[in-house]
Amino acid sequence: MSDEIDNKQSILAQSSETMNEYSGSKAADVDYVRPAEVPDQDLYHGHSFITKWVFCQDAKVIGVQYFLTAVFTGIVGLILSWLMRLQLGFPGLAGFMTAEHYYQFVTMHGMIMVVYFLTALFLGGFGNYLIPLMVGARDMVFPYVNMISYWMFFVAVAVLMASFFVPGGPTGSGWTLYPPQAILEGTPGSGMGILLMLISLSLFVIGFTMGGLNYLITVLQARTRGMTLMRLPLTVWGIFTATVLAMLAFPALLVSSIMMTLDKVLGTSFFMPTILKAGEVLEYGGGSPILFQHLFWFFGHPEVYIVALPAFGIVSDLISVHARKNIFGYRMMVWAIVGIGALSFFVWAHHMYVSGMNPWFGFFFATTTLIIAVPTAMKVYNWIITLWRGNIRINTVMLWCLGFIVTFVNGGITGIFLGNVSVDVPLSDTYFVVAHFHMVMGIAPLMVIMGAVYHWFPLVAGRILDEGLGKWHFWITFLGAYSIYFPMHYLGFIGVPRRYFEMYDSPYMTSAIGMNEFISLAAFIVGAAQFILIYNIIKTLKTGKPAGKNPWKANSLEWHTSTVPPEHGNFGDRLPVVHRWPYDFSVPGAKEDFIPQTTPPSEVAHTEVEKT
Amino acid sequence: MSEQKIADYDLKPGFKGMATDTGSDQTMFKGVHWGKAMMWIFLLSDTFVFSCFLISYMKGRASTPIEWPYPSEVFALEVFGVSVPLLLIAIMTFVLITSSGTMALAVKYGYEKNRKMCGWLVLATAIGGLTFVGMQAFEWSKLIHEGVRPWENPFGAAQFGSFFFMITGFHGTHVSIGVIFLFIYAYKVFAGHYDTGKRGWFTSMKGDYVEIEILGLYWHFVDLVWVFIFAFFYLW
Repeated sequence: MSDEIDNKQSILAQSSETMNEYSGSKAADVDYVRPAEVPDQDLYHGHSFITKWVFCQDAKVIGVQYFLTAVFTGIVGLILSWLMRLQLGFPGLAGFMTAEHYYQFVTMHGMIMVVYFLTALFLGGFGNYLIPLMVGARDMVFPYVNMISYWMFFVAVAVLMASFFVPGGPTGSGWTLYPPQAILEGTPGSGMGILLMLISLSLFVIGFTMGGLNYLITVLQARTRGMTLMRLPLTVWGIFTATVLAMLAFPALLVSSIMMTLDKVLGTSFFMPTILKAGEVLEYGGGSPILFQHLFWFFGHPEVYIVALPAFGIVSDLISVHARKNIFGYRMMVWAIVGIGALSFFVWAHHMYVSGMNPWFGFFFATTTLIIAVPTAMKVYNWIITLWRGNIRINTVMLWCLGFIVTFVNGGITGIFLGNVSVDVPLSDTYFVVAHFHMVMGIAPLMVIMGAVYHWFPLVAGRILDEGLGKWHFWITFLGAYSIYFPMHYLGFIGVPRRYFEMYDSPYMTSAIGMNEFISLAAFIVGAAQFILIYNIIKTLKTGKPAGKNPWKANSLEWHTSTVPPEHGNFGDRLPVVHRWPYDFSVPGAKEDFIPQTTPPSEVAHTEVEKT
Repeated sequence: MSEQKIADYDLKPGFKGMATDTGSDQTMFKGVHWGKAMMWIFLLSDTFVFSCFLISYMKGRASTPIEWPYPSEVFALEVFGVSVPLLLIAIMTFVLITSSGTMALAVKYGYEKNRKMCGWLVLATAIGGLTFVGMQAFEWSKLIHEGVRPWENPFGAAQFGSFFFMITGFHGTHVSIGVIFLFIYAYKVFAGHYDTGKRGWFTSMKGDYVEIEILGLYWHFVDLVWVFIFAFFYLW
């Protein structure tokens, strides 16, 4: 006991010293925060155009680079989807469109949107920009590796885009790249196309690993004084957990890419069974195509959550800030994110119910799949309860958040249908599946990205995006997305198969024709509406309203940097000291309706803040 | 940074300590260098890479309809007219494990700031690794000479050659990368970069003997993976 008392006294003594040293104000023991464990980070400051903007080691610049590159690939993916919808809605209207082209567009659209657009945007873009700012670090822990990470991604994108221009064109095997057809003659792009795709994926994994290591260690080891894990904004929790998933799931993609590359180039038979082609036995034999499916989906399912978890995290912060209320059940939200992440490694074979697997195996995976609904539903309830009796500002950011909740619940409910083996089998490979995954991991995360762009643009550029244009952008996108994907559920029920180039004259599907036309028109409008955002950004950069410091009155550290936009090193001479979680909004007794994370307890002694 | 004291913080042993560290601010792994934590997580990710390879190998070996070659015959070495099974592999494994020992000693002398000893031991590790890669090249050429190819082999299932060349090749690449870095680091130790804190040419980060330990972690991991490959390919 006496030891403990001694310890406490020595801490008190030290704390008053620290306080004097750091703030120069009157020593207050309630404000004590342990001194720094590690010396201040030693940064390489760029001094030329190349080291400042091109080969830059500043995580914020790297984040913007990732963002722009991902948006570029996303626009390519969008144009591909237009071409697909053109063919599906109005077959034969585009003369150049052959079945081969259609398959290639499907494949490239899927791969680009999932890997090169959403993953890179959330982890590379938002991760790089926000993690160091939100945890109170000067930069990522190893900025040089971080820079290489972006340039590996850049090369991966370049290789992917190059596959459009090689003989035979890009691969047309579907984004899942299932062997044996992916590398056999007869599939479009089975020559150079698939090879470049596999190389590009391998480069992406290597590049991502470099970035991912940085994100993880920055969160674990480079937080500022007072920043405990349970005081991190949920954005950081989402990106952090998604990165853990990526570090453990991408290896399966890397290995399957390497093995398929060898099957293609060296003629090994890892995934290739004995194959008869036009009466002749090919040289392949003895391999297992199902092995590829397992490897691919061991990557592919966590990949869904690599996209979803950052969206969950970001949307929690946006809702909390714009509803002026603390996030309901913060710890529950954190555990739900971690729980979803862990469970996502035990559900992969629900993508393979029709691969001929043992029904009992399918039963196991159906059970684990449905268990994921529990933490996910917890999150949805918490978002809604956060809104409940909040001081909600219906601005563009909030609209996107509300759009996300609705879309996500919608996509989640159809997921319960598809998670069950017996319901999935008839719906498998129909437009119901297309509608489900576009709702849940296409539109829903995209809504969060849009909300996040409107929310953080004032930080990145120092100007607020135009609200009027933002609302047009939101309503067209939201209503349009529903016009696209709601009818698709119905198409699935009447049995329209996905990935088909044309319906031809299917007598029992006449109702599909008008619906396809409607969906296509909606798709053109929604796609075009995205250019409102680009116009808005250009306009705002030129003539937008200056944002000033902390325009949304948020608490987290990124809004409390010494300059806006933050410079290299983020926080000026002195790193911030954190005293609370980032959700102290509308605290009874406080002067303003927000208390930044850096406010020491002595300044808000008469308020009812939550203890974090 | 490894010698540094944790400012005003009681390190407690066991699970209680782990929980306290997790709940604390700033760092989760107290006193652990950023690079070292990064290497550990990279190795975790790399473990998944090799696990995927080895599980695919097991699946491939279990499901191929043609018989798998008998490893003690395929990997035998003829010495003075007597066929000794697994002789080369035994030597290779011995060399690699020994190089792990020299690496561990290099880390020890690095922290003692014994520049000369540390440098020589890193160099010895590099030479051990180089010997391993050389013997692997010999083994590959012997098998290729006997007609084993990634797409076929005269002893049985074609997948034997595929998996063997792919997995030992992937591991060999890891060893080779390690060897390159060991030579670079040996130079840096002898040149005194870790004593003076000279900045890295590319990374512009200050040199520190902790880098030897970080490279050591990688090297021990590569050796550990070899133990698994050895067990799965040569003993199964």
